[in-house]
Parts: sequence; C-alpha cells; structure tokens
Amino acid sequence: MTRPLIQYFLALVLAPLLPGIINRVKAFFGGRRGVPVLQLYFDLYKLAHKIPVYSRTTTWLFKAGPIIGLAAMLCVLALLPFGGRPSFLSFEGDLILLVYLLGLARLATVLAALDTGSGFEGMGASREVQFAVFAEPAFFLALAALARGGGGLSLSGIFSNLTPAAWLTASPVLTLVTASLFIVFLAENSRVPVDDPNTHLELTMIHEVMVLDHSGPDLAFILYGAALKLWALGALIACVILPRHYGSWLVDSGAFILAMFFIAAAVGVVESVMGRLRLLKVPYLLMTALTFSILALIFQAGR
Amino acid sequence: MTTLAELIIVAVILLNLSMAASGSLAACIRLAAAQGVIAALLPLLAGQGVPSGTIVFCCAVILLKGAIFPWLLTRARVKAKVSRDAEPVIGYPASIILCLAAFAAASWLGTKLPLPETARVAWIVPASLSTIFTGFLLLTTRAKAITQVLGYLVIENGIYIFGLALFVEQPLMVEMAILLDVFVAVFVMGITIFHISREFDHIDTAELSQLGDWYPKQTGGEK
Repeated sequence: MTRPLIQYFLALVLAPLLPGIINRVKAFFGGRRGVPVLQLYFDLYKLAHKIPVYSRTTTWLFKAGPIIGLAAMLCVLALLPFGGRPSFLSFEGDLILLVYLLGLARLATVLAALDTGSGFEGMGASREVQFAVFAEPAFFLALAALARGGGGLSLSGIFSNLTPAAWLTASPVLTLVTASLFIVFLAENSRVPVDDPNTHLELTMIHEVMVLDHSGPDLAFILYGAALKLWALGALIACVILPRHYGSWLVDSGAFILAMFFIAAAVGVVESVMGRLRLLKVPYLLMTALTFSILALIFQAGR
Repeated sequence: MTTLAELIIVAVILLNLSMAASGSLAACIRLAAAQGVIAALLPLLAGQGVPSGTIVFCCAVILLKGAIFPWLLTRARVKAKVSRDAEPVIGYPASIILCLAAFAAASWLGTKLPLPETARVAWIVPASLSTIFTGFLLLTTRAKAITQVLGYLVIENGIYIFGLALFVEQPLMVEMAILLDVFVAVFVMGITIFHISREFDHIDTAELSQLGDWYPKQTGGEK
C-alpha cells in the first residue's frame, strides 16, 4: 500500500520539472542557457504568497475554476499507473473517468475564462473547446484500442498487461497509438504545433489567454495543474513505450521517470524544430491523430 | 517477419490516407511511388523461402514504380506547367473520412471473403481493397489529368497487394502484364497530358467533358 502512495507523491513532486526540462532543451537548441530547471517551483512558491486580485465582474465561477482544475488533475494522477505498477485508486472502468476528469478540468477553465466577461478570453475558450472536439475522440479511441488488447477497462490492468511480447505481435497498433497519444499530448498541453505557451499576443493565444486574469495562488494552481496534466498524459505515453518490467520496484520507477524526462526532451525538440501551425490547420493535425486512433482500433479489433 | 509485413501494410494504408489528404501534386506523385516500392517489398516477406525469380521481379517492380513512373509523371507535370495544387472536388477531411470508412468496410469484407489457405499475412485483403478505393477516389475527385494517372497507379498497387493474398507464385505473370499495361498507360498519358496542355492551356478534366464534333454548332451547322 505504501509504494503506490510513494509513486503518487513522486509524480506530484516531479511534475513541475517537466516544463523546466522542455525549456532547457529549447534553450539548448536556441544557443541560450535558459531558465533554471527548477524555475516552476520558484514561480509556484512566489505566486502562493501573493494576494489574488479579482475583477468586479467575476463571480464564484472564476474562483472555482483553478481549484476544480487542479483537483481534477490530482484525481487523474491518482488513477494513473506508475512504471507498470498499479495505482492505489485503480478500478474497472477508470479510463472513462480519466477522460471525463480531463473534460471537467477543461470545462472549469473555460467557464472561468468566460466569467471574466473579456472578449479575448471568450475567444480563447472557443478555440480550446473547438480543438477539444477533435482531440477528445482521438484520445478516447486510442485508449479503447489499448483496452481492446486485453487487461480490461482499468488503466493499471491495461498497462500491466502490456509486455515486450505485445510490442512484437501488435507493433502496428502500438505504434499508431503512441503517435496518436503524442499528438493529443501536444494539443492538450497547448504545446507548439497547436499552441505556443510563450506567446502573449492576444490574437494567437489559446490556453494562455484563458488564464490571463488569474493571479496569485489561483495562477499557481493553474500552473501546477498544467504541469500535472503534462505529467499525466506523458505518463500514458511512457507506459506504452516502456513495456519491459524488471522485478525491482526501484529500477522500474527509475526507468519510468527517465522515460518521462525523455518525453519532455522530445517535446522540447519538437518545439525547437517546428513552428506552430496556422489555426485553420490545427484541426487537420488533430484529425491525423483521430485517424491513427481509428486505424489502431480497427487493427486491434480484427486481431 | 509477419509483424514486419503488417507494419508495411499499415504504412500502405497511411500512405493511402496521406494521398487522400495531400494537397500538392508533386507530393502525391512521391507518395504513390513510395507506396509502390513498399508494396513491392511485401512478397519478399510474406512467403517462406523466397525464390530468386521473385527477387528479380520485385527489383523490376521497385525500379518501375519507384523511379520510372515518378520520373515520367514529374516530367509531364513540369512540361505541362501544371499548378502545384491537386484541386480536389471534395475537401480533404471528407476524403480522409471516406478513406477510413472504406478501410473499415474493407476489413469487414476481408473477414467475409473466402480465401485460400495461402493467405499468410492478415490485413492484406482490407489493405488492398482500401488502396483500390483510394485510387478510385483520386480518379473521381481530383480535377487534373495527372491525378487520373496517379489514381490508376494506386489502383494497380491495390491489385498487386490483392494478388499476394491469393497466391505467392502464380500471379507474377499476370502482374507483369498489368505492369506493362500501366507502364504504357503512364507513357501515353504523359504525352497526352503534354499535348492537351499545349492545346488548351490547362488539363482540368472538368472542362474536357464535351466532344467538340459531337455537339452541332449553334450557328450554321447542318440543320
């Protein structure tokens, strides 16, 4: 019982490292030194000590948004297996809850953004929801393709069922699922081909514009929630590409954390070598992910 | 080996989808060539103990589909001064959805179709049927004469893969004949496209729907 809890707290503590790694990789490609890897921890500490400012037009929805978002992410992490080891909260059908928790977090953010009454925030909310229409089916069908491979509807069951032998026999399915999950991972975390986390130009922001009006601890909640989301969706990819489990818990966990860092570095490389897509082209990218998922599901179903 | 063959089949299907989604003619030509080369590798993986005749045949197919066809088509495209876009009649998302639906239908059909025991790799029939469908899609929804040739090439790829599902040895002669036909077709089409474009300043097939001699002239014809 203690080990799943340790896994959970490790994820909570290590998650803010991922944006730091992405930034360092981007800085390396740009020939800069970049901000410290631990920058997000400093930011969170600083923000937690500030007094939030609320506009007079906002209601309780605006204050509830970050809290619900963070709470949903904490629940998501509790469902996720860690390096092939089951989580302490896994049950049959938890992958459906996972998708809906991500949806709940998005809903809370969107409602909070709309609550500010600002036109820009409404625009960001509209874009976020529009892209979610494409990203969510892709994500869900990718999970369905994995679930069809055996292990039931529980994430822990699916990933403990996923062995190197599965990669030998079902490599087409797993490759397609990995590709689809990676595109969804980039889109959901508003990384580069879809959205640029660094931009603060009103007309091009998607996720950033929705959180512009939050300040102090609320902003800290949002930033920490975003880091947890990065960890959660990355963990799914890491579980797929890292099917080998050794006997020892320490080795498994270490390999898993290394895989997470590797994924963060991969995101950094993607952000360095390509620019973001035109807004009109983003649905095409997400449709590609959806296509990969559907193909994987068809292949898995006919197996 | 079978897993490798399955990966190739996935690649063939993904190439189908990207051809349906691709907007640029040059990219379509390259994708069709890549599909031909990848499909040509299949008989080397599907059968046990590859005879030397098959290897020679595969090399011939790779040379023809991977080098000569794209060269002829690119030459025709450049000489006819075709614009770079494929100009589809239906949108790209619709094309992708149609292709996916075709693949789903084909995989359902693949389970119904009685096949000889020799079918060694799963998914050959669905992949071939959906490739043939993609060929038809390119034929019907793209407005350029070059994409008509491309559609035929893709259909030929599909038939080639389908042949593998039935036998490994037998259809090589048949395949040779088809390949020769397609070669001549591409050759002739290349010349035709060039002449059409010199005559009419474009190769838009939508404009080529009326025969000039068939319709009597409005003024002063016989009756």
